[in-house]
Amino acid sequence: MIDFLKSILGREPAGSKNLAKERLRLVLVHDRATVSPHLLESLKEDLIKVISNYMEIDREALDVQLNRDDDSVALVANIPVLKMKRTYQDAQV
Amino acid sequence: MGEVIVITSGKGGVGKTTTTANIGTGLAALGYKVVLIDTDIGLRNLDVVMGLENRIVYDLVDVTQGHCRLKQALIKDKRFDGLFLLPAAQTKDKTAVNAEDMKKLCSELEKEFDYILIDCPAGIEQGFKNAIAGAQKAIIVTTPEVSAVRDADRIIGLLEANNLKSPRLIINRIRPDMVKRGDMMNIDDMLDILAIDLMGVVPDDEYIVVSTNKGEPAVLDMNSRAGQAYRNIARRITGEEVPLINLEYEDGLLNKLKRLLGLKG
Repeated sequence: MIDFLKSILGREPAGSKNLAKERLRLVLVHDRATVSPHLLESLKEDLIKVISNYMEIDREALDVQLNRDDDSVALVANIPVLKMKRTYQDAQV
Repeated sequence: MGEVIVITSGKGGVGKTTTTANIGTGLAALGYKVVLIDTDIGLRNLDVVMGLENRIVYDLVDVTQGHCRLKQALIKDKRFDGLFLLPAAQTKDKTAVNAEDMKKLCSELEKEFDYILIDCPAGIEQGFKNAIAGAQKAIIVTTPEVSAVRDADRIIGLLEANNLKSPRLIINRIRPDMVKRGDMMNIDDMLDILAIDLMGVVPDDEYIVVSTNKGEPAVLDMNSRAGQAYRNIARRITGEEVPLINLEYEDGLLNKLKRLLGLKG
């Protein structure tokens, strides 16, 4: 009944601005990811740098992608490990 | 040395031209020497918003192609001695001017004027590239709508890629009543999403239509709330700290009466 009254008054309980914000947030994740095509490349470089501190990885086979669904965007990385580094572990002990 | 500021938005119809006319007139009213450049070739409008459409002899393309001297094409405003308009060409297309032309033109105007405001066309093609080429600063106009904010975000990215860092945002046509009931994004929502600094907020004001009808920028009307917002923005451009106008303010005696009689919450 209350919902009915609210709909007559043309007012949603939460207001439509939250819907606007959520839709914008998503669309901008998509937009920003496509605006800079070199983004993934520079991300890859940084990833290699960080991961190399811990393990030896196969740089050539490294694969980083943004997977887009309707309601989410995910960063998916496939990074083949060649060898674990012992030095870092040792340093921690 | 003057400051070259481009006023841009990506999306059309959010109020770039109105903003340019009002800020420019506001700066001139403060005593600065100002020139407004309409770069929307083929769809010029800044002339009518300024009420100067009958005075056009030469235009931007005439200048860049050397058909006339720069001084000949500058139209002096009716109201302020220090305010000038360089109109866009109406019969050519956007390819008639290039980025190099604009850079040269802007550096020429910098010597004479305190502020050079460039009214950018909608879109991100050649007209946009021309408009931003000679600019040192950028103002982005948006409205509290998903489409306008999205385009503003795209424009911010393009400006940064073109070395126009830290553009500032004008939120146009905000409606305090809708914000209050949660049906319109508020100032913080938009600043949060776009992650840029605020230049000003202009409330939705039907007087803007009246002022455009007359060809007299609202910034000169002391009763217009949008005009007040534009006066504040003009002062902020000069470096002054001016607080945002109070959007909660209920205007008009009629509203007060209505509230008194319990007709309005």
